[in-house]
Parts: sequence; structure tokens; C-alpha cells
Amino acid sequence: METVKINDIACNDLPWKIKYHPERCTLCGSCIAACTFDAIGPKMERRRITFTESATPEPKTRFTAQPVIAQQNSIKNFCRGCGVCERVCPNSAISSERNPDSRFNVVYATATGTGPKRGGRNNLEVQARSLDTLRVGRISQMTDPSLDAQRHSFDCLAPLGRILPAGALPFEQGADGKLIQNGQTPPVRWIYPVIIGDMSIGALSWRMWEAVAMAVAYLNEECGLPVRMCSGEGGMPVRLLKSKYLKYMILQIASGHFGWNRIIQAMPHMVEDPAGVLIKIGQGAKPGDGGLLMAAKVAEHIQAIRGVPKADLLSPPNHQGLYSIEESVQKMFLSFNAAFKFRVPVAIKVAASATSVSVFNNLVRDPYNIVGGFFLDGIDGGTGAAHDISLDHTGHPIVSKLRDCYLAAVAQGRQGQIPLWAAGGLGKTGNLAADAFKMMCLGANGVFTGKLILQMAGCLGNDHSRCNACNTGLCPVGITTQQPVLVKRLDPERVAENIVNYFLAMDVELRKLMAPIGNSSLPVGRSDCLVSSDKAVADRLQVQYVC
Amino acid sequence: MCRIGAIKSRHYVHPSQALLLMQSQQKGHDNSGFAMVMQDLGGIFENYKHLPTLSLACTDEGLQIAKTILDTRGFRLVHEWVPQTNRQPGLDIQAMPHYVFQTFDYPEAYADASQQAKEELLLDTRLELRRDMEDDCKGFAYSFWPDVVTLKEIGDPRDIGTFFNIWQADDKFTARVITAQCRQNTNYAIVRYAAHPFFLQGYTALANGENTFYQKNKEFQQSLHRGYVGFESDSQCFLYTLHHIHHELGWSLPYYKHVITPLPFEDVVKREDQQQLLAMRQSLAHLEINGPNTIIGVLPNNTMFTCCDAKKLRPVVVGRDEDTVVLSSEVCGINEILPNRNWETDIYPNEREIVVIDNNLEVQRWKQ
Repeated sequence: METVKINDIACNDLPWKIKYHPERCTLCGSCIAACTFDAIGPKMERRRITFTESATPEPKTRFTAQPVIAQQNSIKNFCRGCGVCERVCPNSAISSERNPDSRFNVVYATATGTGPKRGGRNNLEVQARSLDTLRVGRISQMTDPSLDAQRHSFDCLAPLGRILPAGALPFEQGADGKLIQNGQTPPVRWIYPVIIGDMSIGALSWRMWEAVAMAVAYLNEECGLPVRMCSGEGGMPVRLLKSKYLKYMILQIASGHFGWNRIIQAMPHMVEDPAGVLIKIGQGAKPGDGGLLMAAKVAEHIQAIRGVPKADLLSPPNHQGLYSIEESVQKMFLSFNAAFKFRVPVAIKVAASATSVSVFNNLVRDPYNIVGGFFLDGIDGGTGAAHDISLDHTGHPIVSKLRDCYLAAVAQGRQGQIPLWAAGGLGKTGNLAADAFKMMCLGANGVFTGKLILQMAGCLGNDHSRCNACNTGLCPVGITTQQPVLVKRLDPERVAENIVNYFLAMDVELRKLMAPIGNSSLPVGRSDCLVSSDKAVADRLQVQYVC
Repeated sequence: MCRIGAIKSRHYVHPSQALLLMQSQQKGHDNSGFAMVMQDLGGIFENYKHLPTLSLACTDEGLQIAKTILDTRGFRLVHEWVPQTNRQPGLDIQAMPHYVFQTFDYPEAYADASQQAKEELLLDTRLELRRDMEDDCKGFAYSFWPDVVTLKEIGDPRDIGTFFNIWQADDKFTARVITAQCRQNTNYAIVRYAAHPFFLQGYTALANGENTFYQKNKEFQQSLHRGYVGFESDSQCFLYTLHHIHHELGWSLPYYKHVITPLPFEDVVKREDQQQLLAMRQSLAHLEINGPNTIIGVLPNNTMFTCCDAKKLRPVVVGRDEDTVVLSSEVCGINEILPNRNWETDIYPNEREIVVIDNNLEVQRWKQ
């Protein structure tokens, strides 16, 4: 008798199991064609049929070969639970089921000598979020009436750029008492308080990136919402760099400097300044880790934009040549400020960390006044590709860290001088307006979001380990892939429409939160209007505890 | 809602006029206290305009502390007025044992000191008095400034008037500028410091409404200036912002309005001075007010002004005759003390203007 091959990969080792009903299946093949991971395939199964041909039971046995759909028992082609098979099956014959007894983390490492990687998000932390214990609990009623969200006018803009203390403004008083500006101040842009976070062409498919860019242009030009998007590391199409729409774009530079040769070459031809430059030092989803674009996604157009061969593209975890905060301020910020002749705000993005306040303090005290924004990214942020261990076990939640930075500014009377922008799992429940509002009350000038934008586009991933295969280049909905066949699954105009609609809804919802606290401008630092039903959260964030 | 009032006149006015101004407006909680700041003093203080007068309410112990502090700093008492208090039973007042209105000469060392040095000395002295008398409510130092007296007490304003014997007009205790409020705040603890008007280095402010940006105003102001203390009332923020803009930054009064109620972005970009206004909004975002408020303020040169929040959610009326201008939350108060004025010239300021009354009683309306 053959020994049981216990060490071979079996379906019940894998994180998802295919649930298949052969009696409903017409073998149309849709599911197999749709599964980008080759996690299912056709298979012949031998079936034993017992039957009788007479009036009295005379059981006979016959064997037949039955074509079926079966899960691949493979460490490479494992099912991600994206559910596309279920979506395409006309007969509800197939679906995937989470396997609570998965041994995947162990068998992957034992089989490959390396840890699993994925895209998407942290999946480990699924407990209640601190933001969800917070409510807008200080309601204006008699003495300070609530506003009418529909009819009052609201000033919902946030600054991006270095802000000088009033005493340092280059003002002189004219004879009539009017102030005259007699010197330069750092550039500041007043923009919508939600920035579409930095997702590169490369991480995203060209259709997806184009859809986001279209949505941003539409929001600006047609809806009057000055929404900005950040390019992500890797540059952008030269045609866009030379177009008037560049003004809606924040150019990112990260440690790989991908795409910057093209940007610099395009500078003489730019007809508009970009909205800003964002220097990415770290990322909340995988802090301390560099960017990673798997070779599978480095298609020809990516090679062209970034000026690289088809290979795994790894940005180093740090900017080579920068060894201190002071030096980064002097060298990097100054050079980017100078590159755009001090007309474009230059901001920094860092991963939330136990040390964030020190970094923030250092920047806010810099005597050159050139750091135009502190983008703080928390552990629940998303990523195109990372090692599971980074995603699940490194990082720092955003809420308390943002609060710490704000209170550090308060302690020095420097609140607002470097605008605070926060991200990392905001909008995780689907409602970004509420999260953004609460973060602003805790001290953020604005928020940025990436993963939620993918959800608007139709991303099937979630925080319970569904899909999260952005790193593979096999995105089943065409968002994070460079394969033409898969990219075509995405309708960029529908995606743009979804994003625009979401922003319009969010804008209304923001007003619906500002109105009851009686404010027509953003409640930055108004922690007094928040209450928490969790004592520990309330104490940590210095807001009122309620029960 | 608090009701506030102010009188500015060519002639010296007795505080009974302020009581009258406020009395007809009283509703509900409004009779829970009375406070007033008198500036440009007449009567017994007229000859001491250049010397600082301390307005203090205290216990025996507080009186001793104050004396020690002032002696140590070298202030020399030149004039004292003790109000004839009427401590009859049944009055609704939480009276302090002593009310001190003492005028001092500056310490000898300050004989040749600059105006600024003297101003800093007076502020530091008042802050020290305040700090050292704070425990156990030993005393309340409201103002220590030339040509200014402050009176605040908890209770029914009518009884407070009786207690201090200020219903009966005379020519001994008068001023050309009086600002007053008849209420203790409801939001926070009942403390004397929380009663408007508030005073700092020649600046006076009183307000009604709710400062919904109190938290962020306060957090920002705390580190701006050592004199920005207390915050017993959310309306103190209006005074500190006024002081910061006008005194510390040296910007003219219209910019106070631009800072507390910035123009909407869509309006700012149409203006020639958009660069300055945007820079201001950016740098002083935490001094914006965004609740329903009317503010009455007095500058060190006794210029008086009033302005409202950007949504005009609180009322104020400016009424006047040839000799007197009266500001009041409700017009009934003005009717009480200027019954014969031409009410058609009353001004109901809008949300985008400041009404300014200079020392010639010229009333100007500045559009933001």
C-alpha cells in the first residue's frame, strides 16, 4: 500500500477552498477562463455508478469519467478567494470559502524557503477601530445653532505648504494701515482635504491610473472640488506632465527615484506647476521597507516611463545618501523647492512610528521653513506588494500618532505650520467622510486615501485576507495588473464616474458633520466635539469619555 | 444668550446708565452677575489718568498678599477709593470682603522707563497678583492699568447695583467709556474671572454667543503670550486675539475681522490683497471663530468697535445722539438711556463689517 503523501500540498492547507456543485455545473468554462490565478482547472474524476436493469434489484456497477472543475493543489496557484468564479458562473455552481484551518503560512515557507508576499493590506488586525469608538458628541443646539448642511456655505479647504507664523510674515504697514507684502512666503495651496494617495502607474494598471486622473480632472473642472492626486513613485506619462492637468497632480519621489529622469526632462515644457512634490520616506503598510514592483508587472510601458528593464523593481528602504533629518531638509527639500523655483510645496510622507513626533518636531523647527506638509501613514494603509510579515507585523496605528504630532505642535504653539495629513485605513468601513472628519478634529489638516479608491473601482480585496493579490500582476478586476487582457476588464469611465460620485457624496457627508457642530470651516483641532465610548481611547486621545 | 452693552460719550457717564442699559434686556440666566469696565475715567479718578489703578476684590488674606506684592515691586499708593457698600440682608450677591480701587505711582526705577516697559510691568504685576491669590479664592485682580477700573460680582445685577450704591448717579464715579454685561457664564464654573468684559493691556472685549472654536483658539493662544491666561470663559479668546493682532503684530483693526471671520476662499481670490489675506488665514487659522458671536471691543486709545460672526447669528445695535453712542445686544437697552435719539440712524451691523466709534464719536462702518 502506498504511503499517504502527507507532505504534499493539499487543498485544506490553503487559505481558501473551492466549493463546487457538479450537479449545477454545465461545464461552460467561464470560471476557469475568469480565474486569473489558475487556481481552478478542469479535471476528470472517476465516478462509480450503481444501477439495476431489471424490475427486481440486481445491482451492477459501472464506472464513468466525469469532467469537473477542481482546485489546484499548488503553492503557486492557490485560490485567493476573490470570488470572480462565483461572479461569472451562470448557475451558482462554484464559489470559494475561507479555510479556517489553513496551514498556508507554514507550508508556504517550508515549500519555498521564503515568506509569503501579497498586496493589499494588513489582515491581522481585525478588532474594532479606535475611530469607531469616537462620535461627534458635541452638538450645537440652543446657544450656538447648528447650521443647515444644504443651504449654508462651507469652506472645506485644507492647506498644503509651509505656513509661517504670523510674526514672520513679510508685511509692512502702509500709511492707510493696509498691509503690504514685501517679501516671499513659501507656496501654499488650498485644496480639498482628501488627497488621492500615492499609487503609481505600475502598481496600478494604466486604465486604473487614467481613471483616477480623469476623476480628479472632472472633480476640479466640473464639480468645483479642488481634489489632488499623488502620482506615486514611478513618474507619469510625459503628455500629462506637459499638460495643464499637471496642476492637479502631486509628484512623488521615493528612494528609487523611478520616473524622475522623465519628470526633469519635461520640466522646461511644463505649462503648469504641479500641485506639490511629495518625498516618500516611508509607507504605513510596510514601514522600513522599500517599494516593490514585481517583474511580472513591469510591462513595456512601465519600463518606458521609469526607464528600467523588466525586473523586480525595488526601491531601497531609505534614501541613499541621506543620513539625518537635518540633511534631508537641507539637501532634498531645498533641491526640490529650487527645482520648481520655490513655487511648489514640497512635503514629506513617513510611516507612523513610535518616533514620528521626533521627526515632526525636527521638521517643524527647521529654520528654513521649507517642509510643506507632514504626511503620516498608518499601519492600515495599503500597498501594491509586500512581504506578509511586514504587512502583518510592522507598523503603527495612525490615530494616536496623528494626535501626538498635533499635540506636539500645540505644545510649541506651532500648530498648522507644517500641515498634517493622515492616512492608513481611513474609510475602511466605507465611510471616509466620518473618518476624515474625526481625524481633522484630532488635528489633521486633511487625509489621504488609496485603498478606498480601489474599492470604488471594484477591487474585490478586503481586510479579511480576500484576494490581496496586487503583487502578482494577476488582479482579477484589472486594477493592479499590466496584462492587457486583464486590464480590459476595467472600464475606466465607469471607475472615474464611481470616484466622482463617491467624492460628491463624501462632500455632502462632510457638511452633514460640520453642520451639527455649527462650523462652516473645517474643524481642525476641535477635539472638544469628539467623545469616545472607550475610556482608554478617550484618555489616549484626550477627548471626553462617554458611556 | 448673553446680552452685552457699551456706552461711549463725550461727557462722563455714571455706571447707573450701564445698569439701566442692561436691565431692560435681562432674561433668564442674565441676572446672574454684573461686570463692567470703565475707561477714560472722570470724577475722583480724573486727576490720575496717567497712573495705574488696581481693581481688586479680595479677602483679608488677599489684601495682605496684594500689599506685599505691590510694595515689593516698589509701587507707591497715591489714591484710593473704597466703594460705600451696602451690606443689607436679603441682597442677592456673593460679596467679597474687600473691593479695592487703588491708584499707584510707578516704582522709582521706572521713572525714565519706556511706555512699553511700564506696560509690561503692569501686566506682570497683575499676573503675579492673580497667581498668588488664586488658591482658595483669596482675591481677583481684574485690571491694573491707567485710567481703567473694573467691577465684577456674582448675583442679581439690581442687587449688585444696590450693594455698590451705583444706582444713584453722581459725578464722583464716572467714565467716558463703559462696557458691561449682566451675566455669569453658563458653560463653565461660576467664577468672577469668567464675567465679561475682559481686559488686557488697554484692550477690552466682551462678547455674546458661543465660541465653538474655543478649544483651538485656546490651545493656540496659550503659547502666544504670557498674558493669555485663565480661559475661564470661551470669550476671553476674542480679547487675546484682539491683543495679538493689534498689539503684538501691530496690524490695524480691520485685520482683526479678517482673522476671526476670514472671507470665504471664493471671495478672497477676487481681491487685490488676496495674498495678504490668505497668508493671514493660513498663519492664524487657529484664531478663527466660527460660532455665533457679537464682539464689542475697546482699544487702548478708547476707540470702540463691534463686529459679528460670519453668519450673523448674534444681534447688536448701535444707537446714538450727539453726545453718546450706545451699543447693545437689544435695542430696548438703547431706548432706555437714549429715548430721544433718532432711531432711524440706528445701525444694525452685518456679518462682514466692523462699526468703529472714534473719540470724536464719529461712527464708521468698515466693510471687510
